[in-house]
This record gives sequence, C-alpha cells and structure tokens, in this order.
Amino acid sequence: MLRRTLLCTAAALLAAPAFAQDAADPVKVGFVFVGPIGDGGWTYEHNAARLAVEEHFGDQVETVYQESVPEGADSERVMTQMALSGADLIFTTSFGYMDPTMNVAAKFPDVKFEHATGYKTAENVANYSARFYEGRAVQGLIAGEMTETNKIGYIGSFPIPEVIRGINAAYLAAKKVNPDVEFNVIWAYTWFDPAKEADAARALIENGADVILQHTDSTAPQAAAAEAGNVITFGQASDMSEYAPMPRVSSIIDNWAPYYIDRVQAVVDGTWESQSVWQGIGDGMVEIGEISDAVPEDVKADALALKEQIASGEVHPFTGPINRQDGTEWLAEGETADDETLLGMDFYVEGLSGDIPD
Amino acid sequence: MDLGSISPALLIASLMVASTPLLLAALGELVVERAGVLNLGVEGMMIVGAICGFATAVETGSPPLGFLAGAAGAALLSLVFAVLTQVFLANQVATGLALTLFGLGLSSLIGQGYVGIKPPGTGRLDLGPLADIPFLGRAVFSHDWMVYLSLALTVVIAWTLARTRAGLKLRAVGENHDAAHALGLHVVLTRFAAIAFGGAMAGLGGAYLSLVRVPQWTEGMTAGAGWIALAIVVFASWRAGRVLLGAYLFGGVTVLQLNLQAVGVALPVEYLSMSPYVVTILVLVIMSARRARGTAAPASLGKAFHATH
Repeated sequence: MLRRTLLCTAAALLAAPAFAQDAADPVKVGFVFVGPIGDGGWTYEHNAARLAVEEHFGDQVETVYQESVPEGADSERVMTQMALSGADLIFTTSFGYMDPTMNVAAKFPDVKFEHATGYKTAENVANYSARFYEGRAVQGLIAGEMTETNKIGYIGSFPIPEVIRGINAAYLAAKKVNPDVEFNVIWAYTWFDPAKEADAARALIENGADVILQHTDSTAPQAAAAEAGNVITFGQASDMSEYAPMPRVSSIIDNWAPYYIDRVQAVVDGTWESQSVWQGIGDGMVEIGEISDAVPEDVKADALALKEQIASGEVHPFTGPINRQDGTEWLAEGETADDETLLGMDFYVEGLSGDIPD
Repeated sequence: MDLGSISPALLIASLMVASTPLLLAALGELVVERAGVLNLGVEGMMIVGAICGFATAVETGSPPLGFLAGAAGAALLSLVFAVLTQVFLANQVATGLALTLFGLGLSSLIGQGYVGIKPPGTGRLDLGPLADIPFLGRAVFSHDWMVYLSLALTVVIAWTLARTRAGLKLRAVGENHDAAHALGLHVVLTRFAAIAFGGAMAGLGGAYLSLVRVPQWTEGMTAGAGWIALAIVVFASWRAGRVLLGAYLFGGVTVLQLNLQAVGVALPVEYLSMSPYVVTILVLVIMSARRARGTAAPASLGKAFHATH
C-alpha cells in the first residue's frame, strides 16, 4: 500500500511540471485568409487585426496564418493542419470557408472556430460579420449626389447575400438623392484578381460610369479609375487612402481588432461560447473612412449625417416602402428589414436591372 | 441593354492590352518546353518580374528600365531552377512549383514599400498617321511599345524555331537529348539559355501587368496568370503562332464578357464568366481533332538529361 502511495506521489510530482508548462503555454490562434495579406483590402484588415491580437496579448498568445487559401477543399486541409498543429482558436475569414469550417470543427471538438460572414454555428463554431451594407448606404448617398453621368458601376465578387445586400443598400441610398441614377453590376467571380478587377472597372467606365463601387479586395479599380480621370471610387474593406483625395473619396473600413481581441480573451479565460455576431457602424466594426476634399461640403455633411443616423439606429438603410425587383412589395411604409431576410438576401430591389446569377 | 455603347475599337484595344502579359509569358515557356524542360514556375517568375519592374520604374522614373529589370529579375530566378534541374537533376515539376511559391514570397518581401504608389506612365508609341486611321488607329495603332514588341517577338520566335540553326538545335535537344548530345550539342547549355529566356519573358509579362495593365503593385497580383500562360502553350501545340491565338482568344473573351456585363447583355452572367475557359477548351478540342503530325509535345519534355561522359 505504502509502495503504491509512493509511486502515485512520485508520478504526481513528475507530472506537475508538465501541467504547469501546459498552463503557461501560449494560446495558439490560427487565421485562414482568402487573399494575400498585402491585398490592401479585406485580408489586409484581417491581418491588421491579427497583429493587434499579438500586440495586445504579447507572450500569452501565438498566432499563425495561411494566406491565399482557395475556398473549398483546400481550405479544409489548411484548417485541419492548423488544428493538428495545436491551434486553440481558428478564424476562417471568408464566406466560402463556411462548410469546410463546419466539417473540420466536427472532427476537432476541442478547437474553437470563428467563421466570418457565414450563418452556420455549432458548439465549437461561432460566426461573426459586419453590417457592411450600412457603409454602402453612405457610399451610395455620396455616389448619387456626385455622379454627373447618372451611371454608377459596381464590381461584385460572388452573388452571395453579403454582396447583394451591399448593392441594394448603395442603390437605395443613391436613388433617394438622385432618382435618375442607374447601376451597372459586373460579377467578377473572384475576391482577388487585380488585372480582372482593373478590366472590370475600365469596362464600366467605358460604358459611361463616373463612379465605381467595388466588393472585391484589391486596389486595382482605384488605379484604373485614377488612370481614367474624373471617376470617383471608394475604398473597400480597408481605407485605401493612398488613392485619396481622388479617385478614392471615402471608404468602408472593417475594424476586426476589438472583436478578435475579445474572442481570444474568452479562450484565454476559458469562457468562450458559440455565438452569432453582426455589428455595424454603431458598434465600431464598420467605419467610414475620411471623406476627402474632392467631395463638396454639402454632400459631405449629408453623408456624415446619414452615418450618425445609422449609428444611432435612427435610420435603417432598408426602410420601406421598398419593392423587390419584380415589383412585388417587400417592405411597407416605415417597415424595416429583419436580420433573417437580410442574411439570406437573394434578390435585387426595384429599379436595379439585370439578374442575380444563380 | 445597349450593345451600341460597346466600342469595337476600344474592345480590340483592351483585348490587346489584356493579352500581352499572357502572350509574353507563354512565348517564353514555349521556348523552354521546346528545349525539353517543363518549368511550372511561370507564376513565380511573372510576379518577381512584376515587382522588379515596378520598383525599378518607380525609382528611376523610366518604364523601359523597369521592363529590363523585370526581365532580368525573373531570368535570375529562372537560373535557380536551371541549376537545380539541369545540374543537380532535381525533379522539374517539384522544382517549378517551389519556384512559384518562392517567387510569390520573394515578391511580397521586395514589394512592401511599393503598395499604393503610381508608376510612371509607359506611354503610347507614336505611330504617326497610322494612329489617325479610322477604327484601326484606336484599335491597333494606339498602344505602348510593349504590345508591339510582344507581337514582334512572336514572329521572331516562330521564325527562329522553324528556320534557323539555333532553333533547330534547340528543338533537337527537346525532342531527343541523348541523340543531340551524341551529335555534340551542348544539351545543358542550350537548356540553360532557354530557361533564362523563358524567365526573362515571364518577367516582361509580369512587369507589363504592374506597369501598364493594372497599373500598380499589389501582392499576389498575377493571380494565376502564369498558370494560364502554361495552359496556352499546350493549347498552342507548342507553336508560336498558336500561342498568339491562344493568348488573344483568352484575353479577348475575358475582356468581352466584362464589357457585355457592363452594358447588361441578356445572357446569364455565369455563362459569360466561364466563357473564356469554355471557348479555349472548345478551340483546343477542335484543334486536337484536326491535329497534324509534328504538333505533339517535345519527346524529351520534363525528362532529366544524364550525360554519359
């Protein structure tokens, strides 16, 4: 009996340093990025937030990342590799990572996953997104007031709810201040391809557009607009201020850092729980980049007023009366869109031409 | 929908600009493959060319120097591949893939200080009265000198491979390196030269992307153009003239579908978006069905050469 007690005590003493080491081990946080970290847009901002996590937590946290990971099976391999290499928390930062995230999460129940812009959750999978459409409304207002040709070009990436919401929000805001405005949408079917994005911008400009909005991740449309002259653009996901004051007159900035720090802290504290977060201008997750001097003072004042009204909840970008593209009623006078409809938005509002690809 | 708002002259002009990087890179890879070497590092060489060209043009204010630097930078990178595959007999496929990964990383490192900078304009080549010809002037005779250089290089490469001793030697090395060696040809030296030339051409294509087509430096900006160039070589049955056709076909349909979307043409966007790939595949199938002798891949393509003495 004594021998057994001594053996147990010895084993416990030997194991103690190992447990202490485990407790002192930094939390490992992985990031899966859809583009290069130098894209100047979407991935650039996610990586800036990763760096903010490192700065905030110091030695408490170790971060790893993989950039330019294609959506689909390849991303599943990358996530699996991260989980196997000891990641405690993995941020998967593109819509197309949703199902791969769910698949990998099912195999690694002890690893926490955070998926950006999707709608699925599990016990160890949370999702988070920003209400980019609020920023699009501000951009739409500026675009509607500043266009001289009444043609606004919009470069869409993929026909997913997030992008469709943005097109609708921008169009409604532009139409409100300029009833003659029309939108031309090009679907690039890519998040990041500078040459193709520049070509898309040129095609829209050659077709008469003097305002370009983009939901793709590189600054190439800004460069194409600068080359063309007399065309205004807006920064997407990041400030893109290197193209200010013209063509870039303002921007939507995705501020992920506070959320990332908060969620990593939850893992450090052992309080992490699955959740769905969708924050906007009021919460600081969506910021409006500085409106440049190329924008007339009255337009700037209107834009800033709209921003404040959205932030306070006084104005919702989707407030009726709004019809669907086919003319059927969607929102009655004074009615605002519910989050469920917005999250699954797969239709254009009345006035937009063209079909949404299936 | 207003198809009339698409200017055919502008469309052709855009097509030529969009196709030039692909044409340059594919022509270079054509020469490499005709020498019996498969270099899958085109993407890596293109992006190194893009940043070397961009950085040099920005620092010197001279686009021609930028293009030279782009060619030189990518050629130097290709020589790493040449040493590994021709001297140390490393696997060409694995080494080419490694070259692409290395090129992407290296360009990212070099390019950190060049994001958001506008490069000096390359400018149009003054072709005098030719530029004033209705339609053709705007469509064909209002481009920068690199567009015309790429067309000239197509002719020069086609002629060199078919009509000169140097071209015959290069093709001999690509078809049967052992026989070429037995005849006293310098197989490794020939392949080194071909690889360096291919690298320089990929570098020119990359520099054209960053200095003219976009024009800016963005990390990862080639976004698969190198892989398209590789596919065009196969599509072209290893013939320079067909490389021109392939590059212009792919670039042209890409630009056309974007313009058709811009004017709201009543065709499903999915079909428009996949059209560059579908058209290329269809043409490849038609050409394959009518394939004449002598249009197959070089017999020694991708095979390591072991000198017996």
